[in-house]
Amino acid sequence: MRSLLRTPQVRDPALFRDISLVCAAGGVVGVSFGAISVAGGLPVWVPVVMSLVVYAGAAQFSAVGILLAGGGPFAAAATGLLLNTRNAAFSLAVADLLGPGRAARFVGAHLVTDETVAFALAQSDPVRRRVAFWVSGLGMFAVWNVCVLAGALAGTALGDTATYGLDAAFPAVLAALVLPALRESPPVRRAALLGAAIALATTPVTPTGVPVLLALAGLVVWRASPEGKGAADGRVS
Amino acid sequence: MLALAVGTYALRLTGPALHGRVEIPVRVRELLAGAAVVLLVALLATGALTAGGGSAGWARPVGVLVGGVLAWRRAPFAVVVLGAAATTAGLRAMGVG
Repeated sequence: MRSLLRTPQVRDPALFRDISLVCAAGGVVGVSFGAISVAGGLPVWVPVVMSLVVYAGAAQFSAVGILLAGGGPFAAAATGLLLNTRNAAFSLAVADLLGPGRAARFVGAHLVTDETVAFALAQSDPVRRRVAFWVSGLGMFAVWNVCVLAGALAGTALGDTATYGLDAAFPAVLAALVLPALRESPPVRRAALLGAAIALATTPVTPTGVPVLLALAGLVVWRASPEGKGAADGRVS
Repeated sequence: MLALAVGTYALRLTGPALHGRVEIPVRVRELLAGAAVVLLVALLATGALTAGGGSAGWARPVGVLVGGVLAWRRAPFAVVVLGAAATTAGLRAMGVG
């Protein structure tokens, strides 16, 4: 793993700057997660341990939201799991990037998040994909957990993070990361547009987490590229 | 919390666990990469436009739109992220929900 990060071919300051920025934005969200949990009445260890072992921002927020609203642990776990179902599909998409070793695969699996997958898939070749996955994965994990701890200890001092517009930053991050794939491949673009429309249409009438999964139905308009290339040679198209 | 942690990890392990045991055809691998993009775009759309099953108001979608346009014009990543956040923060400061 360490040797991977030192792969000499990949000295891409722009990539590392982008990753740092997403880590920083994630850090602020982590602080607010810690602060919201503790302000709502949970003991400090709950958000901190949850961040280490669950490590999935949206699922953690929804689980804590349900706990604080008195929804009970079962509903909290079920909603979080439903939200994280997409990680199964993501882990399949990045499986060949994790490396051959057992340890790398077990550690890498825990680092599968929306951001790390998007960063990896936005790269043009397998080596860069692997580096992007590991650097963003380890960076996000470290920053997220340190910031959740800081937020939990600081309590409510930060105030309402919506003031800073961070809720708009994350969809924008995803937009920047998926645009190359959308530009390059009309079939994926059609499938993604249909999927997004399905997700939006079903949001008001389905539980949290379900709309994004229903978006996969958009793949009905997807066709493999005729020459059978694309994902196989390390591209998203 | 334990159930959520174990379940989440199991979901994430799906890919690495299957990898190397099952020979995945090229077509399927292309489909999986396409599926990941579809999921990310759906996350982006629902994250931009909805909050808690309802509308997210105006400030957030406009901020995301500004970020999206900047990304489309190939603006640097930092400009995209800060542009989106600053637009939304600015709109909220002016009283737009």
